[in-house]
Amino acid sequence: MVVSGVAVAPVAGQQAPPAPQARFVVVLDAAHGGDETGGRLADSQFEKTFTLALTMRLRSLLGARGIQVVTTRESDAAVAPERRAEIANHAAAQACLSLHASESGSGIHLFVSSLAPVQPVRFPAWKTAQGASVSRSLKLAGVVNSALLQAGISTTLARTTLPVVDSMSCPAVAVEIAPERSALHETTAGLGDPDYQARVAAALAAALVEWRTEAHQP
Amino acid sequence: MIPRYQKIIFGLLLAASVVMGVTLWHLRQRAHERLIVGQDSSPTSAPQIAPSEQATLLVANDSDGSMLTQVLSLPLPTDPGARARSVLGKLLDLYAAPDAAHSVSGGAGSVIQVFLLPAASLGPAPAKPKLEASRTVIILSGESSATPPGTQSQQFGPQLAVVNLSGAFAANHPSGIETEMLTVLSICATLHANLPRVTQVRFLVDGTQRATLAGHADLTRTYLAADAMPAEEIRP
Repeated sequence: MVVSGVAVAPVAGQQAPPAPQARFVVVLDAAHGGDETGGRLADSQFEKTFTLALTMRLRSLLGARGIQVVTTRESDAAVAPERRAEIANHAAAQACLSLHASESGSGIHLFVSSLAPVQPVRFPAWKTAQGASVSRSLKLAGVVNSALLQAGISTTLARTTLPVVDSMSCPAVAVEIAPERSALHETTAGLGDPDYQARVAAALAAALVEWRTEAHQP
Repeated sequence: MIPRYQKIIFGLLLAASVVMGVTLWHLRQRAHERLIVGQDSSPTSAPQIAPSEQATLLVANDSDGSMLTQVLSLPLPTDPGARARSVLGKLLDLYAAPDAAHSVSGGAGSVIQVFLLPAASLGPAPAKPKLEASRTVIILSGESSATPPGTQSQQFGPQLAVVNLSGAFAANHPSGIETEMLTVLSICATLHANLPRVTQVRFLVDGTQRATLAGHADLTRTYLAADAMPAEEIRP
């Protein structure tokens, strides 16, 4: 340790200060926006409105837990897919969630990029940047899946191609929220249900807190 | 008092008007029929005289995001392109049924054409879809073939199926990552199950390239048919 040009040896018996915890950043991507409305949901609201509201709610929950959040949009603005990936890649985030909503299906649909895993390179191709993070994305999807199941929300997990996610270099999962339906296909909790929204947001926040814990483990 | 010659002229003019009106209506009907025939001269459904064969359909289910194999007996044409269209038409008919597990309106008429072309090589057996393939140039006349016509590769080699969907089908498709991917993957898997030479699938909407099906599923890339089979799905 050097202070003002004088070498100072650590005092025997004095504990070294704890190493500062590594920065943990989460990127929340509210899908669609502006003219690109996304799907029309049952309660006449657009997918873009739902995803933005969920993003804001999740940002508050994560902020309260000391997690730094970067969002790709905070208003009803159109953001190009390339710009969304650009924001995520500039943030050097440890987790990226792309939030979607749909009236089709039941529960939460989790998607990881279908790109084949590759070794990280210094300058990855833009359209396949996710390839180096796919293995970690699968682990992140597993953590999110566990948190949602613990919250009593049914999930499906699959791999797909989404240009936004494929260009992200962080561990990334696309989360599509659909209404909860019973075995008889009756809707038990719609997308407009505030309780359902709160449960989903809380489960996603819990998953990201768990992911932070795992990321900080040696 | 109206003179006699004026009455005769009036009668002749009236008769001529009626004859001209009937002729015009008749010509209009003929022109309309010609237009309808010219619009779609390709078969819209499998001819009933064709022998029934077993067709394997990979039917999507929205409730759990799965695809179930359904074997049906259908009269299928021998021409591979018409055969592919018939099988996909049946698949979309199932989706248009009122109690469909994956509900999409449109039915068989949503598949305008299916073109089968020699497939471009994508390199050594990729484990997952490769984005590089999205840059493949499709020329529907078949001029994109790297192999000269009539060669063994063209006759027996892997094929690229280009599925031309109607704009109405895309416009009315429910929006969502899962539902759109299920439609795309079930089309790819059904094509591969019935025409094993089809290894790659691309999509057009009303004859032109479209970015997504209904806001999510990427229609600009080439899908590898084998990757669409249910065995590739991940289950929690």
